[in-house]
Amino acid sequence: MALRSTDILTQTPQGLYCPLGDFHIDPIRPVKRALITHGHSDHARAGHRAVMATRETLRIMGVRYGEDFAATTQEAALGESAKLGDVTVRFTPAGHVLGSAQISIEAGGTRVVVSGDYKRAEDPTCLPYEVVPCDVFITEATFGLPVFRHPDTRDEVRKLLDSVALFPERAHIVGAYALGKAQRVMALLREEGYDKPIHLHGAMERLTELYKSEGVPLGETPKVVAAERSKLAGAIVLCPPSSIQDLWSRRFPDPVTCFASGWMQVRARARQKGVELPLVISDHSDWDDLCRTIVETGAGEVWVTHGQEDALVHWCTTQGIQARPLHMLGYGDEGEAEPDETAHPPVEPPAHPPLEGEGRSASAIRGGVGSASADEVAVPTPPRPLADPPPQGEDSSP
Amino acid sequence: MNRFAALLDRVMYEPRRNAKLRLLVDYFRHTPDPDRGYALAAMTGALMFKEAKAGLIRGLVEERVDPVLFRMSYHYVGDLAETVALIWPAPHSQVNEARPNQHDRPSPPLWGRDGEGGAHGSTGLDDLTVGAIPPSRPLSRPPLPHKEGGDFGAPAMGHNNPPPHVPSISEVVETLATTSKSDLPAKLTAWLDALDEEGRWALLKLITRELRVGVSARLAKTAVAQLGGMEADEVELIWHGLEAPYENLFAWVEGRGEKPESGNPAPFRPPMLSHPLEDEDFPKLDARDFLGEWKWDGIRLQAVSGHASDGRPVRRIYSRTGEDVSRAFPDLVEALAFDGAIDGELLIVREGRVQTFNVLQQRLNRKAVTPKLIDEFPAHLRVYDILAEGEEDLRALPFAERRKRLEAFVARLNDPRIDLSPMVAFTSWDELEAARADPASVGAGPDADAIEGCMIKRADSPYLPGRPKGYWYKWKRDPYIVDAVMMYGQRGHGKRSSFYSDYTFGVWRDGPNGEELVPVGKAYHGFTDEELVKLDRYVRNHTVNRFGPVREVEYGRDRGLVLEVAFEGLQRSTRHKSGVAMRFPRISRIRWDKPSAEADRIETLEKILERGEKEVHPLEGTPVEGTAQPKDAP
Repeated sequence: MALRSTDILTQTPQGLYCPLGDFHIDPIRPVKRALITHGHSDHARAGHRAVMATRETLRIMGVRYGEDFAATTQEAALGESAKLGDVTVRFTPAGHVLGSAQISIEAGGTRVVVSGDYKRAEDPTCLPYEVVPCDVFITEATFGLPVFRHPDTRDEVRKLLDSVALFPERAHIVGAYALGKAQRVMALLREEGYDKPIHLHGAMERLTELYKSEGVPLGETPKVVAAERSKLAGAIVLCPPSSIQDLWSRRFPDPVTCFASGWMQVRARARQKGVELPLVISDHSDWDDLCRTIVETGAGEVWVTHGQEDALVHWCTTQGIQARPLHMLGYGDEGEAEPDETAHPPVEPPAHPPLEGEGRSASAIRGGVGSASADEVAVPTPPRPLADPPPQGEDSSP
Repeated sequence: MNRFAALLDRVMYEPRRNAKLRLLVDYFRHTPDPDRGYALAAMTGALMFKEAKAGLIRGLVEERVDPVLFRMSYHYVGDLAETVALIWPAPHSQVNEARPNQHDRPSPPLWGRDGEGGAHGSTGLDDLTVGAIPPSRPLSRPPLPHKEGGDFGAPAMGHNNPPPHVPSISEVVETLATTSKSDLPAKLTAWLDALDEEGRWALLKLITRELRVGVSARLAKTAVAQLGGMEADEVELIWHGLEAPYENLFAWVEGRGEKPESGNPAPFRPPMLSHPLEDEDFPKLDARDFLGEWKWDGIRLQAVSGHASDGRPVRRIYSRTGEDVSRAFPDLVEALAFDGAIDGELLIVREGRVQTFNVLQQRLNRKAVTPKLIDEFPAHLRVYDILAEGEEDLRALPFAERRKRLEAFVARLNDPRIDLSPMVAFTSWDELEAARADPASVGAGPDADAIEGCMIKRADSPYLPGRPKGYWYKWKRDPYIVDAVMMYGQRGHGKRSSFYSDYTFGVWRDGPNGEELVPVGKAYHGFTDEELVKLDRYVRNHTVNRFGPVREVEYGRDRGLVLEVAFEGLQRSTRHKSGVAMRFPRISRIRWDKPSAEADRIETLEKILERGEKEVHPLEGTPVEGTAQPKDAP
């Protein structure tokens, strides 16, 4: 007899939890064992005892939180099944950013797929999404409203290049999240034949190097030197969204403020951010793709984690698909910047002192790079992603 | 429509005035008549068609899109035109849409974005128009480099069913002026189908008369003037005799035609507005340079009267935005037995006594102006400036001079429905402050109830359109202040779309189960953009309940956020649970520091209300108990 979906996955204050396998997925608080879908800081946090994720995601976490971000780590090979407790888990590409994966959990003939964040649109910097047929599909709904229909990214990049051609005396400052979006924009620019150097804010440098070392060709990407900013007329400069309006970007020659994000589809959003050239480029699924994916998984039941849950749940209901919103906090809230672009939600202290006196367990998890003592893990410091720039940009940091 | 849409879209993202101006001038230079004229009319609010109602547009979109999803989207986007523009599905997702030659397109996604092919890039498609040109349009115009829709006759496409016809702005405006109400939905649907997202957005903005893209009428006129190297005021002076599509105006500024005559014998003149007086202004201002008046709590109007060429009298009453509101005030129109233009405040005066704004509102709220309404709420104009007398334009005269002319003018008019706003004599700011604190003591008498502060005008100030700096100031009486607890946050609109920017707040009262918070008002301004971000985050992080666009936040004696709310007055209200309604509530401070339990109680408001029943604006100096008393004067 098939298990009920809630036997396989439940909601806890830490996030989604699999009781049969005794692990959390993308927990927002430190837990004993975490399976991580992708490296964005609202999903991948530091301080878990054991972490299982794709090789790329583990590398990203290492770059952001230091190599000792977890006591032990386990690499999940894409497409391969692994037994965790009483369940079988499998990681499959989610097409969101480098290393992003959906996690499917199977037990007693029931399959639950946690998609994490995902997109169906083409992305030269990561593996494409693969549909995993399942009974229960757990989806995000960041752009879960029918007003979100992402345009072809090539047109958006051409908009940028047209503007660069039109204003050769101005610098184009493109706000893009440091993980994923920035590298995608670079790759798209290269695909459109742009072969000049693409200048990077210091906060983007290490993740961009990581992408390059994973074989993503991004061309020449020099770091912006503070003193040289005024000489970058006609250049394209990528920086974190928080820097597009600060002093750092004002020092460039007559900067054109651009922002690459799915939110740019809504004019008021672009205006609120003082964006002059909105570029609708998103690493999330738009409405059409959310709906299409739900249908293609064949799931009879859909849980919506975060974003515009209500609309997607309503749509599922009209399609005869059982659906419920999880209203999960801690992931990009819909009114913030895109979750992968937002200020990071405050990390609340653990509800109860976790893991106290518990030994390291989980036979399936092999020893990882970590050497942190149990104490250090139990009292985690709030994750401080390196990708978050200091207020004035790289030139104010030591 | 596409060129106009592209202009709006670009201008909207452009923060710099000069860059906006450049875009506008460029548009006017490269767009033919009458398109550019209608665009100008749209931006100056001069279009005459009856605007499409939001309900109509909502109805159309809900025929195609699940109404629940549409409403959720609308709450999210916060702008009707943009929501509809984004959500409008491709026409061929509808049955019975004959669209041959479309089968080579990719299959439509669930909410397809295609079907917009006619609108993007290809001028051949854009300009294909099939006989929709009203006869009133001139038949030949010189060809201009850029063209939009209209009659430039691109060759027909090689198939029988033409691609969707993309309307020009002229076609839209002219069609709207002649289309009957019952034909409008079909017309609109066809246009929405033909246009792309940007075009749909601009079309909807245009027909709902909600353009708001950061271009003022003044800026648009400045751009027209720049086209011919002129000053904006030269255009302004003849503006009110002109009508869309302004072909004579463009001909004149481009040096191809005579200066147009102002054909309106009772034209609107843009009013002069004031700046709020701030504490830091006082050291810079010399009291001796200024004259004082009461600031009346009514509605600003301009009354203009003249004679048409056939000698017939033409009398008009304009709102401060130039809207002709004569029909709402026939009793006042009757009183305009003069030749000239005067500027003043609409008030309700019963038995010689000025009524409060609450009373005035009761007249404004009625649609039908019946003799009974006029009798119960007699309209009165209290004037404070004169802009023209006979043929003479007085606006360049100094204010003191105009005041003398006005006094003589009103005396000659000798009509009880029009009287002078008295001057408030003062020699120092302290003296004026005392008068402002207690108008009754310096001669305002019982009318003090309808005074909301003082106006301060430079004696030498000319009458300038807009809000010029350094001439006129308003010095409002101080608001009431109450500490309330945030109870709900609602998503905002427009600039604040998707921020939780509208806050419902409550004060304590004794309920059946002990102390409870009762909502007393809702405010959506008073805070800075930075504070908005914090408040928005607060709402998101403390949500306990969601009701569509509204979120209930945590509140109680030991949790919740205290907001200091400033407001102008209170009214009894049956619509609110608390029985009171605030006038102009706004968040004056966010009290992150203050425990909820220390917020004010309903009794504080009750006391203000009791006073207000006698006097809507209780005088300062007699403090109300509790914390809800006027703030210290600057």
